[in-house]
Amino acid sequence: MTNIHQYDVVVVGGGGAGLMAAMYASQRAKTAVISKLYPVRSHTGAAQGGIGAALGNLEEDSPEWHTFDTVKGSDYLGDQDAIEFMCHEAVQAVYDLEHMGLPFSRTADGRIAQRPFGGHTNNVTKKPVRRACYASDRTGHMILQTLYQQCIKNNILFYDEFQAMDLLLVDGKVAGVVAVELATGELHVFHAKAVIFATGGHGRIWEITSNAYAYTGDGCAIVARRGIPLEDMEFFQFHPTGIYKLGILITEAVRGEGGILFNKKGERFMERYAPTIKDLASRDVISRAMYLETRAGNDVNGQRFFYLDVTPETVNKYAEIDGRTRPDGTPYRVTAQEILSKIPDIADFCQTYLGIDPTRQPIPVQPTAHYAMGGIPTNIMGQVVIDEQNTVLPGLYAAGEVACVSVHGANRLGTNSLVDLIVFGKHSGIHAAEFALGADFVPLPADPTEYVREQISRLHAGSGKEKAAAIAREMKAEMFDHVGVFRTQEGLEHAIQKIRELQERFKDVRVTDSGKIFNMELLQTWELGNMLDLALVTAQSALARTESRGGHARDDYPARDDVNWLKHTLAWMDRDQIRLGYKPVVITKYPPKERTY
Amino acid sequence: MQIKLRVFRFDPEKDQKPRFDTFFMDVDPNDRVLDLLEYVKADFDSSLALRRSCAHGICGSDAMRINGRNYLACKVLVKNLHSDQITVEPLLGLRVIKDLIVDMEPFFENYRSVLPYLINDEALPEDGKERLQTPEERDRFEDTTKCILCAACTTSCPSFWSDERYVGPAAIVNAHRFIFDSRDRAAERRLNILNQQIGVWRCRTAFNCTEACPREIHITTAIAEVKQAILSGKV
Repeated sequence: MTNIHQYDVVVVGGGGAGLMAAMYASQRAKTAVISKLYPVRSHTGAAQGGIGAALGNLEEDSPEWHTFDTVKGSDYLGDQDAIEFMCHEAVQAVYDLEHMGLPFSRTADGRIAQRPFGGHTNNVTKKPVRRACYASDRTGHMILQTLYQQCIKNNILFYDEFQAMDLLLVDGKVAGVVAVELATGELHVFHAKAVIFATGGHGRIWEITSNAYAYTGDGCAIVARRGIPLEDMEFFQFHPTGIYKLGILITEAVRGEGGILFNKKGERFMERYAPTIKDLASRDVISRAMYLETRAGNDVNGQRFFYLDVTPETVNKYAEIDGRTRPDGTPYRVTAQEILSKIPDIADFCQTYLGIDPTRQPIPVQPTAHYAMGGIPTNIMGQVVIDEQNTVLPGLYAAGEVACVSVHGANRLGTNSLVDLIVFGKHSGIHAAEFALGADFVPLPADPTEYVREQISRLHAGSGKEKAAAIAREMKAEMFDHVGVFRTQEGLEHAIQKIRELQERFKDVRVTDSGKIFNMELLQTWELGNMLDLALVTAQSALARTESRGGHARDDYPARDDVNWLKHTLAWMDRDQIRLGYKPVVITKYPPKERTY
Repeated sequence: MQIKLRVFRFDPEKDQKPRFDTFFMDVDPNDRVLDLLEYVKADFDSSLALRRSCAHGICGSDAMRINGRNYLACKVLVKNLHSDQITVEPLLGLRVIKDLIVDMEPFFENYRSVLPYLINDEALPEDGKERLQTPEERDRFEDTTKCILCAACTTSCPSFWSDERYVGPAAIVNAHRFIFDSRDRAAERRLNILNQQIGVWRCRTAFNCTEACPREIHITTAIAEVKQAILSGKV
């Protein structure tokens, strides 16, 4: 049986971007949120270090500097009009969060505390600047909690544990989404004037990742199957400091507080790769340095990991060498207690998963798949744009990690994920409500759940010869080895062939659980299909781009090539083929130049 | 190491009553219990149903009973259990829907009942900037901001087991987070709610909640502070 609901605006996803969108959309339009997780389980909650905004609470800073740092961090692939908009909006967005009750850490005079982060600089002195506003080392947790609290206060309507599976388009216009209610297995049609996708990223296609199990790229896969292109999918950020083997994130704030990276010889190797800001260089730069160190045999025990040392002895020694000072000009010196108070959750992770105290022992780290710069193409109002001319698809929106505005370009600057979801979540919500008030419902197709039923019955009808878990394992290993920090033509071709083979084998998977109630096997098998599709789009987009830029590093094309590649990739899934197109990058104030740190 | 894993199973569409399935497997002592459940799904029985997401103790999805005690499955390692026999069951006190999945709605209903959001209708600072709060004022409620709503505390509480209308420790923790926030203006309303029969006085200080909390929140202390505030009328 099918249930039909009608809302002006339907938000898919209950993380930071989805909750922001819902709060703003619901002020003017009848709005509902559908989310496969309880909203408080969303991956926004895993963000640790901070949210960047040029409040200037501790030293001089400006949105212009934030803009330039973001443009530079993006390796000039970010759209500068969008970046400028985001960095200026960031300041008010952070104050808004504070007014909603977010418990930011505080300065001695009661203002929002700020700390240094990778790639955040004073544009005049080139030195690190304190721009990351933080709540201990659980800033994302506090953002997610605060937004959810405000949603309760404002009676936002939630459909919790509903998995969206299809987008309904009629004559190029949005008619709604189809979702399965996990508790009953029933299909629900959400007839809507506007739909906002805020479903997060897809880091689970890689073996070592900081991402949650839920990060399977559902939003991208759903819209791509309906003919919408995905932008810049070859750009995925590998964060340099994931816990060895587990991939759990160790925030950049650890280096912001003075932590130093060492190779097996005890060398502070970042000195050689980023002489000016060293351990606080952009993430892509450090991940690549680790790869090169590994190739030179400088990884620890030949096991592809390095040490992140935040013991007070090391922090103080290098703070002295670097001439680091506190805001009042006195030398920067810390005790174990102060470090613990700044990064309590990190200390807890180290204790739980490694059995070590980070104020006494160094942390073994390696690059971990962390963040999708690419995604569903949008403009700064969150409207989805579907071609090289940025033609708007009326009624369709995307915000947060699932979207590609593009403000992150080829590499996201630390803390900008939270800025992105707050700023663009808000504006997509405002704009979607505005759109819905001036639009009529597009009539539903005759059989709105047809495609979802077809997908589900296929998953039950496989021969059973293949196991989903085996296919997932092979995909993740292949992606980590060949579509990871460094890529080559040979490796990418290998990956493409392998993923196509896995897609074929996937047809022989059969979901064994035939039940309706919480059929998690069905859900997770469907998610694997999404991941395989996105893995292919990622590898194909990466193969075509014969240059190195930000998170996309090619061994065989080591230089950035602005003449041929200063452009965004668009990838369409045309049945089994991936078709690529390109659109220009928006450049306003900052012409591309060499990127050094 | 070789372990024997017993997992609670119940499929409401097939089973009259629950059972335990037993799996023998070779695991790393550093494996999380969640990893073991994922091995079951990958290699033994793909129909096992549980909730999980972040896998590192932040999202709160996978609270369950492991060897008779509440943990997040992703935050307890095999070696921490000091046993080669591991039994995994759903949380107590909430209705089992399927396998390790329980009905969380009563838990969230209790959470919502304590007004878990900042209430302050006064004018914002004229410059549009942040409300000021000293580090000391913030420290007053820092501990209770850590809650991830996993329900490990509430479902370990004997008072909750005997009456699920009791708001439970998680709801009190979230009330505490606002009652002691210098920016909030509704402490009295929350204290009135918690002063009712199904409120804070149902707590018998069993300490189970504090022991169960994967975020190491000093829950019993927080509850005591709320009780004290009700009695003294001061926060």
